[in-house]
Amino acid sequence: MMLMILDHVNYIYSEKTAYEIQALKDINLKIEDGEFIGLIGHTGSGKSTLIQHLNGLLRATSGSIYFQGQDIYDEGYNRKELRGKVGLVFQYPEHQLFETTVFADVCFGPKNQGLSEKDAQMRAYTALHEVGLPEEYWYHSPFELSGGQKRRAAIAGVLAMKPEVLVLDEPTAGLDPKGRDEILDQVAALHQSTGMAVILVSHSMEDVAKYVGRLLVMSQGSILLDGTPREVFRHYQELEAIGLAAPQVTYLMHELAQKGLAVDPDATTLGEAKDSILQAFGKRQRRNRQENYD
Amino acid sequence: MIRDITIGQYYPADSVIHRLDPRVKLMAVACYLVSLFLFRNVAGLVAVTLGLAGIIRISKVPFRYMVKGLKAILVILVLSTLFQLFLTPGETLVQIWKLKVSYEGARNAGFMIIRLTYLILGSSLLTLTTTPNQLTDGMEKALRPLGKLHVPVHEVTMMMSIALRFIPILIEETDKIMKAQLARGADFESGNLVKKAKSMLPLLIPLFVSAFRRANDLAMAMEARCYRGGVGRTKMKPLSYHRRDGVAYLVIGAYFLGVLLLRKVS
Repeated sequence: MMLMILDHVNYIYSEKTAYEIQALKDINLKIEDGEFIGLIGHTGSGKSTLIQHLNGLLRATSGSIYFQGQDIYDEGYNRKELRGKVGLVFQYPEHQLFETTVFADVCFGPKNQGLSEKDAQMRAYTALHEVGLPEEYWYHSPFELSGGQKRRAAIAGVLAMKPEVLVLDEPTAGLDPKGRDEILDQVAALHQSTGMAVILVSHSMEDVAKYVGRLLVMSQGSILLDGTPREVFRHYQELEAIGLAAPQVTYLMHELAQKGLAVDPDATTLGEAKDSILQAFGKRQRRNRQENYD
Repeated sequence: MIRDITIGQYYPADSVIHRLDPRVKLMAVACYLVSLFLFRNVAGLVAVTLGLAGIIRISKVPFRYMVKGLKAILVILVLSTLFQLFLTPGETLVQIWKLKVSYEGARNAGFMIIRLTYLILGSSLLTLTTTPNQLTDGMEKALRPLGKLHVPVHEVTMMMSIALRFIPILIEETDKIMKAQLARGADFESGNLVKKAKSMLPLLIPLFVSAFRRANDLAMAMEARCYRGGVGRTKMKPLSYHRRDGVAYLVIGAYFLGVLLLRKVS
């Protein structure tokens, strides 16, 4: 089912002043239930602005947004409820953690939804388990946690509201490679187990390519490319033109193909590339052997 | 919402006012503020209004942008107007129940509104057309004589410039925190006063934490660059007067004299 439709959405910051910037230019977008989407773009490409439209924090200068068939700009539409359904986790966990303990902090969202103390605690319990934050940290102050743990606590704080879409803004910024992989693996597992739609915002191709089913590339306020990672990486030259790079595997495979090796240039992950190269070499060896026999 | 606060913000534009020496602008604001409380009649009011309108025009700062700053003083404005209206004794103009509005009260209230509005507009023009750096340099130079009296001029102006510089940063930070909490269903608007105050906690705690972190980082960065106060410190761009500054001083003098003379007109 169609979850969300963005129809000719434009957004202009500080209209009619010297600081005026058109952050979104005619965005048209359809998001299906249960999709796993990567949103890629450079700093200032408009990706953060776009996701703030999804839960109604920013109001489009023109255009409409529909969530489950309803126009979110309609008078009387409950935008507070929308924020529970479109869970948005911002880049810096420091901006939302405030309670005395991690557990109490995660309860904040569900309590705002009007749940009882007990139900909120149940939600917090489930959410903290889902993000894989060890139980020993639950009753610590959120300010004592490490960067990666803080991020988990922040994600749990939004997950506890049981959203239908989870939008994560740069969830791996400032984390070391190990922490990054852990968080992304956890998010992928969440997507698998709950079936909710996930939108992952990042400026790094390599990070998201291996997880997502669909990639959106933004540049200067508009959506430049939209498709599966394979389709998007085929345009690696265009990506380069806007200062983004395809995964290194893509370059390797294209170069090998140009040198006349029968590899699949669309391989996006290291595993696929390895299989494709081995296969190509296998074929050549077999052919060589056959020529020797003849 | 919160981004509408324009106090202490700089508005980039290419105008004569922007290029003037900050000392001239400080002087101008001082004269202007005094003149606001000097005029007593409509002729003076017209002169002040023309002066302000002219400067706003030349500064190329959109008027709409400046008016936003007025929202902050709306409450003070309304309250002081009410007090002036009802508590000034004199010839009764209208009577509502036990409250009397006197002719003097109405006149005072009218002037009060105009004075406060002009006060904010005029002084916000200073920060709108002067970068915080320039403003501090100007202050430091203009206040230098106080250094002889052992007033730590450099330190005071440094603190002032840091405070000014941090206003937009903290506003932006507040905006981000607000959004992060709104995304978790926080509600900053509804409820009674106690509930509203309580709902500010999720906003204030992260803001304080971040303000302290930033202060710490800044202190560290200043120390790493061997900052040790004003003694022996030189400027990369020392302030120097140009011809336009001289002209500006003359204009300010003429304006001030004009307002003084109009006081005599009855």
